[in-house]
Amino acid sequence: MTLTVFWIFGVIAMGSGLLCITRKNPIASALWLVVTLFALAALFVLLDAQFIAVLQVLVYAGAIMVLFLFVIMLLNLGRPGPTDIKGPLGLLGATVLAGALLLLLRPLGQAPLPAEIQLPPGTVAALQQQRGMVGAVATPLFDTYLVPFEIASVLLLTAIVGAVVLAKRKL
Amino acid sequence: MLLSPALAISAVLFTLGVAGVLLRRNAIVIFMCVELMLNAVNLTFVALAQSLGLGGQVFVFFVMAVAAAEAAVGLAIILAVYRHKQSVSLQNMNLLKDG
Repeated sequence: MTLTVFWIFGVIAMGSGLLCITRKNPIASALWLVVTLFALAALFVLLDAQFIAVLQVLVYAGAIMVLFLFVIMLLNLGRPGPTDIKGPLGLLGATVLAGALLLLLRPLGQAPLPAEIQLPPGTVAALQQQRGMVGAVATPLFDTYLVPFEIASVLLLTAIVGAVVLAKRKL
Repeated sequence: MLLSPALAISAVLFTLGVAGVLLRRNAIVIFMCVELMLNAVNLTFVALAQSLGLGGQVFVFFVMAVAAAEAAVGLAIILAVYRHKQSVSLQNMNLLKDG
């Protein structure tokens, strides 16, 4: 049952991803990407990552995609015009290279996980039961990964300042 | 066990992102394809976190933070380029090209 639902959302994600890269209109592309992001959030829920799924909807489908749509509207790119998709040669090249990449990526997914790095079955579920969905992620975030977390805050500050400097005509 | 289908879907989504980058000329659409690739990697992290520990889910946080920073700065660059060239097509961005 779970596997069926998983595949349904997986097919939605892959199908809307394909539509996203093939639509001529950038706004249609962006909206199909939103569908992909929502389907991915559903996959995260099925993979026992409820908190990540909420973040996916809030940050990705909410904030980042609104930023994209805002820039598309600001530059008035939604109007009909010549397509930006490359011709038959470009399509052939992209298909061949993407197919080669998929052939390279598939064996990685099928390789068995080494037993020595695997946790005993049920460890993660027990941790989530004990600390709650948010607490189970927050504990390593503020413990083992505290320094990367602080660096991420500096990165975001740099991005804010950088975006203002780049987008402003005159400081 | 959902690990194997998750990795398969993730591989396909990453490939779609790469194909989109190769196929399109619109800088904003290429940017969205990069976001698609980042999301495919996030799916891998979350799927592997089930059996390898919650560090994978923590890493998705960092990927999201980097993606947000990248989107803000990248779209600002696209706005600045548009102001100079009146276009976001990568065909017109050939200042460094010889002749």
